[in-house]
Amino acid sequence: MNPEKVVFGFFIVLALTLNFGFFLGEIDNVAHHDVYELFAVIVVNLIATVLKFGERTQIGAVLLATSLVAVLQLLAAAVVWAVAAHASQEGVTPAVMASIVSLTGGAMLANVVSVVLLVIETVMLKR
Amino acid sequence: MENIVFVVFRRMRAPLLTLIVTYAVAMLGLVLIPGRDAAGHVWRMDLFHAFYFFSYTATTIGFGELPYELTDAQRLWVTFTIYLTVIVWVYSIGTLIALLQDPAFRQFVSERRFVRRVRRLAERFYLVCGYGETGSALVKALTDRDQLAVVVEINPERVSHLRLEGLRQYVPALCGDAGSPQHLLAAGLQHPRCAGVAALTNFNEVNLKIAIASKLLRPRLPVICRADSRDVEANLASFGTDHIVDPFDTFASRFAVAVRTPGLSLLHRWLTGRRGEALPEPSFPPRQGLWILCGYGRFGKAVLTRMDELGLEVVVVEAAPEHTGTPSGGCVVGRGTEADTLREAGIERAVGLIAGTSDDANNLSIVMTALALKPGLFVVLRQNLQESQPIVEAVKAAMVMHPATIIADKIRVLLATPLLNELEQIASYQPDSWACELLSRITAVVASRVPAVWEVLVDRDGAYAVAHALAGGQRVLLYHVLSDPLERERALAAIALLLLRPGERIVLPEPDTVLRPGDRLLLCGRHQVRDRMEWTLQNRGSLAYILTGEHRPAGHLWRWLAPRRSARTGGAE
Repeated sequence: MNPEKVVFGFFIVLALTLNFGFFLGEIDNVAHHDVYELFAVIVVNLIATVLKFGERTQIGAVLLATSLVAVLQLLAAAVVWAVAAHASQEGVTPAVMASIVSLTGGAMLANVVSVVLLVIETVMLKR
Repeated sequence: MENIVFVVFRRMRAPLLTLIVTYAVAMLGLVLIPGRDAAGHVWRMDLFHAFYFFSYTATTIGFGELPYELTDAQRLWVTFTIYLTVIVWVYSIGTLIALLQDPAFRQFVSERRFVRRVRRLAERFYLVCGYGETGSALVKALTDRDQLAVVVEINPERVSHLRLEGLRQYVPALCGDAGSPQHLLAAGLQHPRCAGVAALTNFNEVNLKIAIASKLLRPRLPVICRADSRDVEANLASFGTDHIVDPFDTFASRFAVAVRTPGLSLLHRWLTGRRGEALPEPSFPPRQGLWILCGYGRFGKAVLTRMDELGLEVVVVEAAPEHTGTPSGGCVVGRGTEADTLREAGIERAVGLIAGTSDDANNLSIVMTALALKPGLFVVLRQNLQESQPIVEAVKAAMVMHPATIIADKIRVLLATPLLNELEQIASYQPDSWACELLSRITAVVASRVPAVWEVLVDRDGAYAVAHALAGGQRVLLYHVLSDPLERERALAAIALLLLRPGERIVLPEPDTVLRPGDRLLLCGRHQVRDRMEWTLQNRGSLAYILTGEHRPAGHLWRWLAPRRSARTGGAE
């Protein structure tokens, strides 16, 4: 067992599960989506991205690409939330929440691809 | 080479992860600890403000306690986390800077830059492997004549030396082993503009590898190789290396030419001289009388063979005949730097002396002692290192032979003006009077400065206007090309030395020779004349003026109008 692989897999799967947890619920219901959960999703995704740095294989390169997509979407969601909460008059309205959640939905798709690739790589590794 | 990028990313992993985790913990703590707003109500900092707070404290900018003053509990947490985040920042930035200064990383960056520069070269260039004495002399000789070179050299000191040289052209240099094909490819071996390879490293095996790689990857590219032993020479010749240059042999044959045909030797020096140099004076090594040859190493042996062929009387002086072997005629044991040895060799009745040891200081000492014993002696000095140049000049030897420069010049001629090499081969079968006649013709043309020597290929690239006229069925004679495009009655100060066409070699072609497509011309003349001649060769208007004496309209519109205008004026008359 390679401890590096454990940490690697752990963070990639955690990025997906947390993302899923945040995404779950009615899309425009502010009460269903927690800001701390989004925070955790972003931190774990960032860690997963950095862990993928320096992977030489083709699959490693695609993994890094999916992570970068996820981080980009999540940061966009965070910026939308911050602007809505602190820089606008209305605050976080259901419409804003819907766009935040849909952004994280896109990130979740990228994370799903990541996990699928991880599974494929594991299956291919016949050891 | 690409691996280094992954290494950089891998090494940045740990600092980045630490940074992310530290920020997350610090922000979370600040959000969880309750604070108070200006009115004293309980107020929790949100994630956005926590991120903002640590963005300015971790980077040590520090705006203060925003948006409200912190409570003591918050301050306790912040005190702890400020130290944490600042240290993590310093660690991350430090790692990044250390990476940028990593020698492997810098080597990678400079290699990338080198590859990009070589790829962008748009003119003919020569690939010079090895920047030692010979390599640097070759690069200087090429760049002085506005030709480009790319250098591969294994020793980083020599590479930085190249950067400080102050050459006329920018010379991209790669610090790496020229024996590895990867480096040769990076240096543009397969670049369409690469016009030749010179393998001049100090190691025969490396030169061999370069020659093999070049011949396999670019079979038609001329490859010139330096070789110090017969073995390697035979090996190089076996797979078609175009020219193999043995420094000592080249050197000895130049000496032989100087003794046998001084005019030819002078012609060579004139035609290969450096731009702006005054025409070299002739020197006449004595053919009768005793010669003293100091040093019987590889150099001495090569020279002695030639001297025996010429029938000169030679006494050899050698300090360690047990290492070098004794020549068949015996030798005087000694270094030649002391008067006794030279007297023993017969300096009193000697006419010439060759100081040919591999040590510049000894050579100089030999020359000075010999000249003190017998003023007026014809001395030939072998110069080993370029840096000895100033003192070598001060000694005023009749002939100075610097093997590196001699080889460099030979290679430059082979690469840049191969026709000149052809001419010299033909000339070596001519009597000395032939060379002297040509010398006087050159003097008439160039007055006192070394002439420019250049080649012209009659095709659409080398001489667009001439090729166009020939394709149109016009007759272009050699003297047309040699006429002044501004005043056709005047001849340009240039001489056609050689005309080469399939199956024919015409030395000093007559002015009424008819040019044909594909002809190769070797010309010499003043430097300005070369530029002037380009007009005749490339500009159809200029050539038409020389051929017919009329100024033809050059632009499309005027060319279309011309027949109409002449018809009208013709009708009016």
